[in-house]
Amino acid sequence: MSDTSCASVATFDTCPDVSIPMESPLSVAVNQVSMSTPAPAVSQESQVQFEEKPFLGHLILRGSAMVLGEAVSEVLGVSLPSQPLGLVFDASGQRSVQWLSPDEWLVIVPSGEEFELENRLREVLGAAHFAIVNVSGGQTLIELSGDKARELLMKSVTYDVHPSNFPVGKAVSVAFAKASAILRRPSETRYELVLRRSFADYCYRWLVDAGEDYGLGVTR
Amino acid sequence: MFYIHCPYCGEYRGEEEFSPKGEAHITRPADPDGCSDEEWGSYLFFRQNPRGVHHELWVHTLGCRKFFNITRHTVSYEIFETYRMGEQPKVTEQSLAEALNKTRKEESV
Amino acid sequence: MTQTNRLQQGGRIDRSRTLSFTFNGKTYRGYDGDTLASALLANGIDIVNRSFKYSRPRGIVAAGAEEPNAVVQLGSTEAAQVPNVRATQQGLYEGLAACSTNGWPNVQRDMMSWVGKLGGGFMPPGFYYKTFMAPASMWMTYEKYIRKGAGLGRAPSENDPDIYDHLNQHCDVLVVGAGPAGLAAALCAANSGARVILCDEQEEMGGSLLDSREMLDNAPAGQWVTSTLNLLAGMDNVTLLPRTTANGYHDHNFVTLHERRTEHLSDTAPKLRNHRQVRARLHRVRAGQVVLATGAHERPLVYANNDVPGNLLASAVSNYIRRYAVVPGNKLVLSTSNDHAYRAALDWADAEREVVAIVDARDKPDGDLVQQARAKGIRVITGSAVIEANGTHRVTGARVAKVDLERFAVTGPVEELVCDTIATSGGYSPVVHLASHIGVRPTWREDLLGFVPGDVKGMRPAGGSQGVYALGDVLADGAQSGAEAAKASGIASVVELSLPQAEVRQESPACALYQVPHEKTTLRAPKQFVDQQNDVTAAGIEVATREGFESIEHVKRYTALGFGTDQGKLGNINGMAIAARMLNRSIPEVGTTIFRPNYTPITFGAIVGRHARELFDPERYTAMHQWHVENGAEFEDVGQWKRPWYFPRKVNGKLETMDEAVSRESLAVRNGVGILDASTLGKIDIQGPDAREFLGRVYTNKWAKLAPGRVRYGLMCKEDGMLMDDGTTSCLGDNHFLMTTTTGGAAAVMEWLELWHQTEWPELQVYFTSVTDHWATMTVTGPDARKLLSEVTDIDLDKDRFKFMDWLNGKVADVPARVFRISFTGELAYEINVQANYAMHVWKTLFEHGKKYDLTPYGTETMHVLRAEKGLIIAGQDTDGSVTPEDLGMFWAIGYDKPYSWLGKRALTRPDTARKDRKQFVGLKPTDPAVVLEEGAQIVFDKDQAIPMSMQGHVTSSYYSPTLASGFALAVVKGGLERMGQKVYLPMPDGQTHEAEIVSPVFIDPKGERQHV
Repeated sequence: MSDTSCASVATFDTCPDVSIPMESPLSVAVNQVSMSTPAPAVSQESQVQFEEKPFLGHLILRGSAMVLGEAVSEVLGVSLPSQPLGLVFDASGQRSVQWLSPDEWLVIVPSGEEFELENRLREVLGAAHFAIVNVSGGQTLIELSGDKARELLMKSVTYDVHPSNFPVGKAVSVAFAKASAILRRPSETRYELVLRRSFADYCYRWLVDAGEDYGLGVTR
Repeated sequence: MFYIHCPYCGEYRGEEEFSPKGEAHITRPADPDGCSDEEWGSYLFFRQNPRGVHHELWVHTLGCRKFFNITRHTVSYEIFETYRMGEQPKVTEQSLAEALNKTRKEESV
Repeated sequence: MTQTNRLQQGGRIDRSRTLSFTFNGKTYRGYDGDTLASALLANGIDIVNRSFKYSRPRGIVAAGAEEPNAVVQLGSTEAAQVPNVRATQQGLYEGLAACSTNGWPNVQRDMMSWVGKLGGGFMPPGFYYKTFMAPASMWMTYEKYIRKGAGLGRAPSENDPDIYDHLNQHCDVLVVGAGPAGLAAALCAANSGARVILCDEQEEMGGSLLDSREMLDNAPAGQWVTSTLNLLAGMDNVTLLPRTTANGYHDHNFVTLHERRTEHLSDTAPKLRNHRQVRARLHRVRAGQVVLATGAHERPLVYANNDVPGNLLASAVSNYIRRYAVVPGNKLVLSTSNDHAYRAALDWADAEREVVAIVDARDKPDGDLVQQARAKGIRVITGSAVIEANGTHRVTGARVAKVDLERFAVTGPVEELVCDTIATSGGYSPVVHLASHIGVRPTWREDLLGFVPGDVKGMRPAGGSQGVYALGDVLADGAQSGAEAAKASGIASVVELSLPQAEVRQESPACALYQVPHEKTTLRAPKQFVDQQNDVTAAGIEVATREGFESIEHVKRYTALGFGTDQGKLGNINGMAIAARMLNRSIPEVGTTIFRPNYTPITFGAIVGRHARELFDPERYTAMHQWHVENGAEFEDVGQWKRPWYFPRKVNGKLETMDEAVSRESLAVRNGVGILDASTLGKIDIQGPDAREFLGRVYTNKWAKLAPGRVRYGLMCKEDGMLMDDGTTSCLGDNHFLMTTTTGGAAAVMEWLELWHQTEWPELQVYFTSVTDHWATMTVTGPDARKLLSEVTDIDLDKDRFKFMDWLNGKVADVPARVFRISFTGELAYEINVQANYAMHVWKTLFEHGKKYDLTPYGTETMHVLRAEKGLIIAGQDTDGSVTPEDLGMFWAIGYDKPYSWLGKRALTRPDTARKDRKQFVGLKPTDPAVVLEEGAQIVFDKDQAIPMSMQGHVTSSYYSPTLASGFALAVVKGGLERMGQKVYLPMPDGQTHEAEIVSPVFIDPKGERQHV
């Protein structure tokens, strides 16, 4: 934990240094099989698999591509996607940077890396005008895979998810049912959804309902 | 259901991602305290509301959250162009009329 | 019951699968491949309904979407009821149960005849209103029975067991209609590589080719349909949607397609692999280009008694014979204005039934089909028309006479022909409905005697929908439209399509015939129906024009022409032609009415899709939501958030009421310690060298000197000076702030900051990021709050080191936390913020330690009472967009001397906002402490004033305070700040008048000492 409130910007490590039980936005919905509507299990007939990737480190970077580009390359080892709707991963596939708007990017890294990353970026960026905000508690990442994943998305988003319009390496912020979501295409076989914490349960219930046709199964 | 080209995302998106914010190119007076009541009232309340070409401010609420402008026909709902903040429209009531006149002249030749 | 009208062979039905179904309670049989209409006709059912207004027996007229009469109620159980289904569009399935929608108590008896007699046979437009006008109070009674007799179906009274959904589709080319034009267009576009969707409303794709007599490449046209559909089905850039109606065309090529997925299987969707199936799906299609290949509807002729069962469209006769092997009668008379209709007589003759005569309004018809008819020995009567049908429950004969169309007169003797079926054709009307859904009016083409679609950007009509009728031309037109559409959607090289060879047929030109003249005048002749579904007659239109309704839009509304589920498919042009003749104008001068969505009725389920029941609207949960559920919270909707409203406890085996729970929770906070889940407050992280300057511009108060570690309350106004939102903002670092907003205002404030930054002040170096969901917030408040918190935190809570309106970092329950010492209750309070994934642990740990202090969870209702006792406003409850900071008495929070003219400042000096008699924020103490005033109640100064009284203000918040042992309220009152101590009155709807005293809005601890302890 570092309290730097005397500096111009206060950074804050939100992770405890002892083991504390955590709850993701979907912990209850996905794990409590005893609930009245238990999460459907993955079976051989599942044409869509749903899996939450909880507790990842999520950082919002604000600034111009000029300012942030070099720092991101140096610290993360990936080049900042400067073209709209770009999504890039590092060699391990564990860390990603996504274009959100002309001066905004979303960085997702393995759980617990976010504070160190923020500090290193701040160090490299120095006195430039930028902002880094930790939003790890505010959103969660969902992975959808399977033959019918695209059709399930067609039920949920008005965005054109046809591969000709939504190839690998693209990420978009879109309307999702009556909420919103970030939709990403990390590979040919998978889609990712980044959901806001407070809307996650609604989006989960939506996907389970709409996925009934495809035998959607939830990986626990 | 409009289909709107977001000039920042660089592609078309469905209407439900956007919010309209009224007439575009309304600049806040540089010295509000120096404005007469009438000047201030006109800035606050009075809008063109034309039947025809209209320049409007919109925001890509569920997308990139950027504000931008749309030139739209208020009868046909045709969107002629979208452009970023700080840019000027290419299509106006006048430019459309001129283009129409030109076509008519060519046809009559 | 035998299928008396079924031919021994032919048709596209599967005779190996016999299906039984019921109609009005009786059981009949049909075959797989039948529609309900073809099965009814096969069984010799003449009367399918009673008419809407006159209660006349009605039979099946058409074979498709244009059917006006055979509109039935479907469903074998109450929950499965579906109203307004066209029997012509309903595929037959085993066990189908249908009944007539009109005709109470049944269609065979004329129970409504008394109404007809009252009206003297002809009921003019407005008949019901004119006849049942007095006494006005009885209208409700009359209406009940009139509606019962003449309803248009009923909704089920039980919940729909089925599910529905939406599918968002995108394509380069959407082709509406899979007849010859549509198939050619789809194939051409698909061959070129375009993403194509082809939809068709019928059970089977193929359109007019399914019942055509014509040959393509020397084979029956149906074979080309099969091979083309096979080709299309094999292409992965093509989506084929049969049983799918394009029901609405909206802006920018957004088209909704209503797909009936299981309605041909059973009345509720059968399960598939043990899961529910979607019964109907709405495809929400964003199409690059649309090809409108919707074909044309044949127009019936308007003649006397043209609604008696046995009067059919000529094309429908062919359709039933060739597609379903059903001949709807024995002796046919055909009345026509064109060559094309002759095929009905030829098909009839091929079915080995008698064609009594073809009555052709033209003097010298001699096209190929005419010659074929003559060659078969069929009698052709020229220059004549059927002027009247005989019969009441079924046609028994046709009255035929020479007619002069120029003079609109019968010019020869009437010949009576014995027959049981009259088929008519007045030519074709292109189906232009979709093209006019966005307001583009169709254009009249005199050469076609019909309207064609107006110019719609991104839409191309093809084939029959633009009046191209000869098969070879239709195919070529379809292919061309498909190619053009593919090109316009961005396909670079379009592939040429090799089209099958169609026969070329000589046709003699059609004549313009709409209403057929009668020996008597229109008003005296037997009824000549224009719109059978709405019972609009030629006489009705004539009366309307005589009564001064000259615009077709007015005629339509006066007579109901083209209303309801029919949308003028058969009647509109005939109606316009009659109005035009009466007004001595041309049809285009009379104009056309605009067709509106939906093309045919669509079930509400499909419109709603999955946005129903628990998925109707998003529910937003905090990180502690599950705890609230487990601890019995009642929830309140705040925007989309589910917030605990109160936590009722069981007392002596009985659950507390809300009042009891709120009293207990309030006293716990005032005397011990309570805890609130405040996570829903909006939180915005603000970073940048100009953050402080920016705050100064959007808040009314000053931010220049707020030091890191300190918190300040701020007011935000719109440019009109009215309060928009409020909240605290903390200085985290010199260039770093954390702003909080109201729960409901979070998104609006975020957008507001971005608006000003992006449009007016882009030069300010500052960034805003929402962190509402990142932080979970728990408010621990009450005199024991410090004791409790000190047990679980490493933060020094000493009152001089951690002061009111300070914030500090530390650990709470081992979790890094930002703790803000701010209070919305007036008591000592700490707002603990932790990363939301750890929140449940912190919350539960607080309760473990809180046992000995009886830590009491409280909800929004108690929060409201506690803050109101302190006179703290809630933006949006105590303010309504017409309240300024001055009106609230918050002069201390208005920085008039700030260097920048902040948002709303200039407006506060406008004459209206500077008025002294504006409604101002005050407290109200009811004279009777037992009274809790009603929120929204109006305030008067003179209780004896006569009505209308002068309203001087209203109550904005009102509660019972257990601490004060009295009701109390907050209100806005004209000039209220100057009226402290005065009495006001609140007259209530029940006649009571409450008395209250204007007091300070701060009811408890006016000096604010308790929050500083």
